[in-house]
Amino acid sequence: MFVRITRDAIDPAAVLASVGASDHGAEVLFLGVVRDHNEGRPVASILYEAYEAMAERVLATLVAEAEARRPGIRIAAVHRVGELQVGEVSLAVAVSSAHRAEAFDAARELIEEVKRRLPVWKEERYTDGERRWLDGHTPPVPEAAR
Amino acid sequence: MRIRLLLFALYRDLAGTSQLDVELPPGATAATLVEAVRSRGGGFARIPRDAIVAVNREYAPSETPLSDGDEVALIPPVAGG
Repeated sequence: MFVRITRDAIDPAAVLASVGASDHGAEVLFLGVVRDHNEGRPVASILYEAYEAMAERVLATLVAEAEARRPGIRIAAVHRVGELQVGEVSLAVAVSSAHRAEAFDAARELIEEVKRRLPVWKEERYTDGERRWLDGHTPPVPEAAR
Repeated sequence: MRIRLLLFALYRDLAGTSQLDVELPPGATAATLVEAVRSRGGGFARIPRDAIVAVNREYAPSETPLSDGDEVALIPPVAGG
């Protein structure tokens, strides 16, 4: 399993190369990229912050869960932290499987789970110098033991 | 007991610090810790009462009992991707 939280630039080809198998006919690569606007405001950069020690564990859990839902598929996921400029890759997810449908589905589901559960935050930095932590998702918490 | 508290993103900015040690009575839970932190006042008081916590790097319910030396993080709503 190829799972990382990294401060370095993501190499999408390396993430894609870490999945695949001789009986896999489909490989899907998703890249999350810093966009130059949000809610009508021009964005200069985004600061990604993570609870790194926990985030790498959570990401590994999400990937393991996704692989268990579709036995035989392979998944790689890398999330970058630090200040990223417009056009830089913040998240790369690669999935390979026997057929395309489950590769697309697994990639989509993993990305949604990352947004819901990974302890990562982003502060948008606008071209006018203002900054703002973006509203996020409240992660699900296990029930209390009885 | 002594707890190592970690604060991230918005909560760190509100508190003005990314980590501090908090002394709690025996029997304290994650909820006790959040209340103790909020009672420091100022920006700490703006951390929500129902803030999500992670105990030793795992999401945990607020009733979770704490032990001396635990690492507890207050987790603002997450926004990765």
